[in-house]
Amino acid sequence: MKTNRRQMTADAVAGNGLLHRRALLGRGLAFAGAVGTAAGFPAGAAAEPLAEPDWSLIPGDAMPPYQVPSRFEKGVVRLTDNPTSQPVISHARTPHHLLNGIITPNGLHFNVNHGGVPVIDPSQHKLLIHGLVKRPLVFTVEALLRYPMVSRINFLECGGNSASLFSNEPVQATVQQIHGFASCSDWAGVPLAVLLEEADVDPKATWLVAEGADAPHLSRSVPLSKAFDDAIVALYQNGERLMPGNGYPMRLFLPGWEGNMNTKYLRRIKVTDGPALTYHEAHTYTDPLPDGKSFQFYFIQEVKSFISSPSPGVGPKAPGYVEISGVAYSGTGRIARVMVSADGGVSWAEAALQEPALPKAFTRFRMPWHWNGGPAVLQSRAWDEAGNVQPTRAEFVAQRGQTKSPATWPQFPSHHYNAVASWAIDAKGEVRNVYA
Amino acid sequence: MYTPKLAAGLFTLTAVLLSVAPAGAEGPNLGQPISQTDLAPWDLTVMPDGTGLPPGSGTPAQGKVLFADNCALCHGDEGKGGLVEAVVVNNPPPLSGPGSVKSIGNFWPLATTLFDFIRRAMPFTQPRSLTDDQVYALTAYLLYMNKVIGEGAVMDAASLPRVKMPNRDNFFPEFPKLMPQRP
Repeated sequence: MKTNRRQMTADAVAGNGLLHRRALLGRGLAFAGAVGTAAGFPAGAAAEPLAEPDWSLIPGDAMPPYQVPSRFEKGVVRLTDNPTSQPVISHARTPHHLLNGIITPNGLHFNVNHGGVPVIDPSQHKLLIHGLVKRPLVFTVEALLRYPMVSRINFLECGGNSASLFSNEPVQATVQQIHGFASCSDWAGVPLAVLLEEADVDPKATWLVAEGADAPHLSRSVPLSKAFDDAIVALYQNGERLMPGNGYPMRLFLPGWEGNMNTKYLRRIKVTDGPALTYHEAHTYTDPLPDGKSFQFYFIQEVKSFISSPSPGVGPKAPGYVEISGVAYSGTGRIARVMVSADGGVSWAEAALQEPALPKAFTRFRMPWHWNGGPAVLQSRAWDEAGNVQPTRAEFVAQRGQTKSPATWPQFPSHHYNAVASWAIDAKGEVRNVYA
Repeated sequence: MYTPKLAAGLFTLTAVLLSVAPAGAEGPNLGQPISQTDLAPWDLTVMPDGTGLPPGSGTPAQGKVLFADNCALCHGDEGKGGLVEAVVVNNPPPLSGPGSVKSIGNFWPLATTLFDFIRRAMPFTQPRSLTDDQVYALTAYLLYMNKVIGEGAVMDAASLPRVKMPNRDNFFPEFPKLMPQRP
């Protein structure tokens, strides 16, 4: 295969070393002046002679009934707080910088629990549907498992994800700390519409109020139109039953909508003719704007993307080829396009979207980059199929505002942050959060 | 080969099949009917118009004692903050974007939300342990301490929905088209 410097020049598609995405296919990639340095080895150094490693000389271990990751992956964990279960909210954040693809492993899915993780016996759990219905009904878990099910790959994002970027000065935190409240799974369950039809909903009903069986009996109001559109009572997550922190034995799942509305430990649905204005919708996930008015009922997690690698703690180790990678998602539909910049937004190039690019799901994007060892500011910006575009931070702050004094991680100055995020890389390959 | 004649035949066959299917949704129908009386213990929802509020009443003075005994451990003396943020805020600064103090007096749109939340979720370590009178009293205490109602006000199913929260009219939806319209 012929490669030469001319092709390298042709492959540059934007400033500071961004390469055409054909480089991802491994065709004709050559870096003038950087050959052989990519993995940090001395240029031209030969590999050591090969020998049989110990593990190839004896039979391996027995297989456990439920396998867990290699002991060498023990650092791939969620970032948790509240280890002694104090009477406050508990959080666990997804380690995006250590993952790839679009599916979040169940053990690494983010959790926000407002009153601990309840231990629910599925044989005792019940789901009540009542209110403006002709026939109030109680469903057991066993009964729901007999219903026709659907499964979809959808992201789930807390309304508080990325909230520390509301700070007027950039907080110093990792991608896990900043963006760790978003995950993506294959959710399977019973279409809520089927259960509502069996209960026979009154035509004048417009909302439902959902409630969990956790200690705070967490409750949220949902427009009935969403319930009849694509809502499910989810029972499975990535093929197995829901994780305890994600709502076992069942949760409401509202594709693309604010995480907190996806009521976990679902035990009750009251069909109503208005919203209840519960604590979490009247107070918590309700966002004061600079003019003193506030958004209430945000619903949609809007189009967004962030770069998971390189990111703080996982910067490039040596000049040469680097794959810039991250996830993009939109509560409105499919991701249509992701643009990436390596020069702080001066120039942009289109990233490769990894198939499948599914509606309301993580879409993995990849961008080949030749890092010359100099300073760089990496950004990603997403568009969805409806034409919605991820705002720049300047555009976002002009509408939503920012703090007046610096916030510190993990404060939540407001919610529903979806603007472009920026990672600065210095000459040592160290990465930090900046505004650009 | 596909012909108009064959298509017509298929259409007739489909029509026949549809005509013998039972009307309405044919779901598994595995839900068990339950009476309003039997489901009532689980119906904790309080609506903005007061629907769902139980009988009972309480005053700020009664709530003051209950708060010290049940709430101050986390929320601080007189709700001034402790393990968690304050629930009583004197002279909160005006709301102005991210980082605003969202207090009961300057932010919350409805007083019914207080009753609904305390009854379902508080105290954090013993939810559902308070009587309805106690929940009314704590609601009254917090409204009084945040200067929304007077010291002598009595909160019950009739008075609570009528409390005018100062910030009530300053909320709007991000996506108005998604807000249900009454038929």
